[in-house]
Amino acid sequence: MNLSAIDRATYDGLVESTGDEFVCELVDTFLAEAPRMLDELRDAYAKDDAERFRRAAHSLKSNANTFGALTLGQLARELELGGLAPIRSAAAAPIDAAASEYARVSQALEELTRG
Amino acid sequence: MADGHGGRLLLVDDNKVNRLLLARTLELAGHRVASAENGRVALEMLRRDGYDLLLLDIEMPEMDGFQVLEQVRGDLALRDMPVIVTSSLEGLDSVVRCIELGAEDYLTKPVNPVLLKARIGASLEKKRLRDQQKEFVRRFAAPEVAQDLQQSGFALGGKRVHASVLFADIRGFTPLAEAQAPEETIELLNTYYTLMFDAVASHGGIVSHIAGDGLMAIFGAPVELANPADAAVRSALEMIEMIELFNVEQTSAGKPEIRIGVGIASGEMVAGYTGTNERATYTCIGDVVNLASRLEQHTKAAKRAILVDATTRRALSSSLSPEALGAVALRGKTQSVEVFAL
Repeated sequence: MNLSAIDRATYDGLVESTGDEFVCELVDTFLAEAPRMLDELRDAYAKDDAERFRRAAHSLKSNANTFGALTLGQLARELELGGLAPIRSAAAAPIDAAASEYARVSQALEELTRG
Repeated sequence: MADGHGGRLLLVDDNKVNRLLLARTLELAGHRVASAENGRVALEMLRRDGYDLLLLDIEMPEMDGFQVLEQVRGDLALRDMPVIVTSSLEGLDSVVRCIELGAEDYLTKPVNPVLLKARIGASLEKKRLRDQQKEFVRRFAAPEVAQDLQQSGFALGGKRVHASVLFADIRGFTPLAEAQAPEETIELLNTYYTLMFDAVASHGGIVSHIAGDGLMAIFGAPVELANPADAAVRSALEMIEMIELFNVEQTSAGKPEIRIGVGIASGEMVAGYTGTNERATYTCIGDVVNLASRLEQHTKAAKRAILVDATTRRALSSSLSPEALGAVALRGKTQSVEVFAL
């Protein structure tokens, strides 16, 4: 179980205000969109496109926070605000960190929606 | 608005999760929601369909939220629509910029549904009041005045303009009104005013006052005209023509004919809003206005339908040939005035 990846109060609040079924749909949408955002981060980094990088990080942050994926949200926020330079000096490690946190998040979300 | 509470909202967000979530939240609150995935599409939808409120994300491809705000505020048809910005953009800068660009409110994502509901409710209520106000202005003011109000806002006080003023009324209206039922008189007046308003508007003028069977119209303010005097005279000629057509109908219905008198004077005057902040009217003030009124009264004695002053006469295009009646001592004027008839 990787439930620590998700803040339950935020997630339960989402379910309470929008309904079980809807949250399942919303999680599916996020799980379909998030890998694209991570790809976008890597691609923008490879092409040295700071604006695209920032925008992808911004989207990831925004969606992560919606589901209570606070750690992922924080990592994405650092990417958004830090820009490309710290990524380069750390050999892309911050992107990898966000990607592995996302793996924990997606697993937790799948468990929550199935449960 | 649906069932008195909900509104028709347009939601703009390039992020699918955000869009679905906001739409769901808003629908649960009783609103009808349409969504767009970027600013360009949103503007197309705004211009095509009517919405009560716009929920706007800032970070978007193609056209971002700042650009949408600029376009909305620059568009007379859209600029009164409340815009609530929803963004997870960092920094106070963007909040300030949105408010400066006219956004009603700024909510940070993830949006708190309770806060969102309250802000939307308040914005829709404000919009409803504004719409009501606009409707009053539209109904009680000339369209040009309503537009002037919308563009430059309302301020009592005037500015000097070069314009022409036209007074018109029905000759022998009192005996006419006494000879028929009040209902018939109202009907007659409504037809008369419809014809007169049309003649004024079709030459770029505005009707600033109506009282009884008389009206005052302004040419050249608030909308500038190339030749206000010529426009006023052509409007007067159209009035006479309309009344003649109307009289043909009256005669065939066995009803009395009507005659009108028109006085026109041109020159510098002060135009603007007079009254109080609660109740005001767009009008012109100055000697020229008094002169136009005196000329209109003099049509009866002169037995002419249209009388104009020398300033108006000088501005007329050559296709019109007014007849000089010489200097006339008008009531309320210390010096006699050159009068011309058309």
